[in-house]
Amino acid sequence: MAAVIEITGLRKTYRSLRRGPRRALDGFDMVVEAGQIHGFLGPNGSGKTTTLRTLLGLIRANDGRMTILGQAVPRALPAIAPQVGAIVESPQFFPHFSARDTLSLLADAGAVPRPRVDEVLELVGLRDRAKERVKTYSLGMKQRLAVASALLKQPKLLILDEPANGLDPGGIREMRDLMRSLVELGMTVVLSSHILGEVQQICDSVTIISLGRRVAAGPVTEVLAQHSSGSIRVRMESPGDLATAADLLQSNEVTVNVHPDHLLLGGVDRPAWVTRTLAEKGLYVSELVPVLADLEDVFLQLTGTAPVAGHHRQVDQSVHVEVSG
Amino acid sequence: MSLLRAERRRLFKRRFTRLMLTLVVAILAIIAVSFTINSHQNGPAARAAAQDRATAAYEEQKRFYEQFVTECEAAKASGNANPDRFPPDCGKGTGPQPEMFPADWFMPYEFNFRKEFGYLIMVFAGLLALLAYVVGASFVGAEWNSGGMMNLLLWRPRRVPVLLAKLGTLLGGVLAIGVVLGALWTVAFWFIGKYDGNITRMTPGAWRSFAIDGARGVGLALAFAAIGFGLASLGRHTAMALGAAVGAVVVGEIGVRIALELMRVRMYERFVPSTYIFAWFNKKWTLYDYRACEFARGECQPKQLVITWQQSALVMGITLAAVLALAIWAMRRRDVT
Repeated sequence: MAAVIEITGLRKTYRSLRRGPRRALDGFDMVVEAGQIHGFLGPNGSGKTTTLRTLLGLIRANDGRMTILGQAVPRALPAIAPQVGAIVESPQFFPHFSARDTLSLLADAGAVPRPRVDEVLELVGLRDRAKERVKTYSLGMKQRLAVASALLKQPKLLILDEPANGLDPGGIREMRDLMRSLVELGMTVVLSSHILGEVQQICDSVTIISLGRRVAAGPVTEVLAQHSSGSIRVRMESPGDLATAADLLQSNEVTVNVHPDHLLLGGVDRPAWVTRTLAEKGLYVSELVPVLADLEDVFLQLTGTAPVAGHHRQVDQSVHVEVSG
Repeated sequence: MSLLRAERRRLFKRRFTRLMLTLVVAILAIIAVSFTINSHQNGPAARAAAQDRATAAYEEQKRFYEQFVTECEAAKASGNANPDRFPPDCGKGTGPQPEMFPADWFMPYEFNFRKEFGYLIMVFAGLLALLAYVVGASFVGAEWNSGGMMNLLLWRPRRVPVLLAKLGTLLGGVLAIGVVLGALWTVAFWFIGKYDGNITRMTPGAWRSFAIDGARGVGLALAFAAIGFGLASLGRHTAMALGAAVGAVVVGEIGVRIALELMRVRMYERFVPSTYIFAWFNKKWTLYDYRACEFARGECQPKQLVITWQQSALVMGITLAAVLALAIWAMRRRDVT
């Protein structure tokens, strides 16, 4: 599959006379394949927005190489801009213009036919509120308008920074369905989000960034599998058998964590061995499932941002990872 | 072209542009209406009435004078004449004369297009320059502040052409407003002169002079628009340009005057920005060095320094070029965060 976005060794250091230099990107790599929804995840201040802004020509990189649709950016941006729709960070619009005015001005600037404005307003559900001033909009409505502005030019690549921010549950589902339908039409979507359940549900692949470096990347299922513990959760038909079962398994050199209503087993190669061993002693299993990590677990583990009781984590406090190769 | 069309729509769709334009038009209308109300065409009847009032005033003053002389002579005769109140000859021979009360003094105000419209062009240019400065600053400053510029750069990722398209649109808009309002301003006062004043002695040369003054006014407004735009673009906020304007007035006009006066710098007005604006409008502006005079020794012809409109154009041009060059440099180099 062709890569729509390729980023290699991207570096960016912000320099401030007062605060000194701050490294936002430290050799960051990223690949987004065509026709996918790609999740771009990272804690606050990890470099997500800097990456997107650099990719879109808003920020100058200190080093690194970037391509969009096979063309080196930022040099080729003017040529490929009509094929890239983007919203970066929170949607900002001129508050006294209506949604229709906002979009029609962008359409004029980009030589997009005016009927397309009504199409995207319909698509994001703002048709009936299109004549109202943006300043009267809720955050969710502004978010919809931002997505509409990104869709206006019918891009091949859609970059959305926190598109679900401020949306109600119905809006989040609509956004998810919209992205799916866009991908089915051949579009590639890059989605930066903090709603990890949403990303796990909708994305085909992910890149996780921490302290300006890539800490994980690949198809969602692979990333989850790589970071799953391989443990198994076992429930017994009779909860009173938990202690006996635990003793039996431990005697067979299985690592067992006893919980009030289940056992958590580690170091088991074949789950069938567990059911057979317990059944031979008259202990019957009612549930046996491999414990898979979810994206939130992986994210917290990789970025070192899991909350610790009594400790107030500060922005930028994440783990450093060594990048191999 | 599509970008220019979009920017033109954006400029005139903005509430601030419309508000400022309405305000300036309202001020111009109030000035024109006040002239209409106060100016009266002076025909033979008005002249006769003025003559009657002049004669009455003369008669009244003559009566006062004669009463004064009578009182003075009576006081002298009684030997109680106060020398502080009464002159030695009781003011004989200094009485009022009819020619001291010309009828013109008693004529109602009559607007003279030929004599007065030049000043009104300056008023117009001043208001237009103010409008151009704040609209120019807001046009780009509010775009930066509201995120509109970032959105636009995502659509047209050519920073300098985008900035220049905005500037070009602004200058085109100011020029169009200046030409249209200037024409209406001229027509309005022409009609005031025609029906409530006088439009005599309007030679082709006089019209040419007004046209040049108008062109200078519009040129000044264009320069102000570009400077306001450049400063707001540099600071990425309208307030940057407005702050710079306040700073220019406080430091450039008041601070510099006080400081240079204290330092006894001769003809310090050459360091004050408004001197160059006056020179631009009046073709030249003369500064006098009265410090070189010793009036106790009699009449003095102070040293002069003439600031020409060409020098003024050079100073304003350098300022404008510097501000725009910095704004373009910042647009090219600075990150959009």
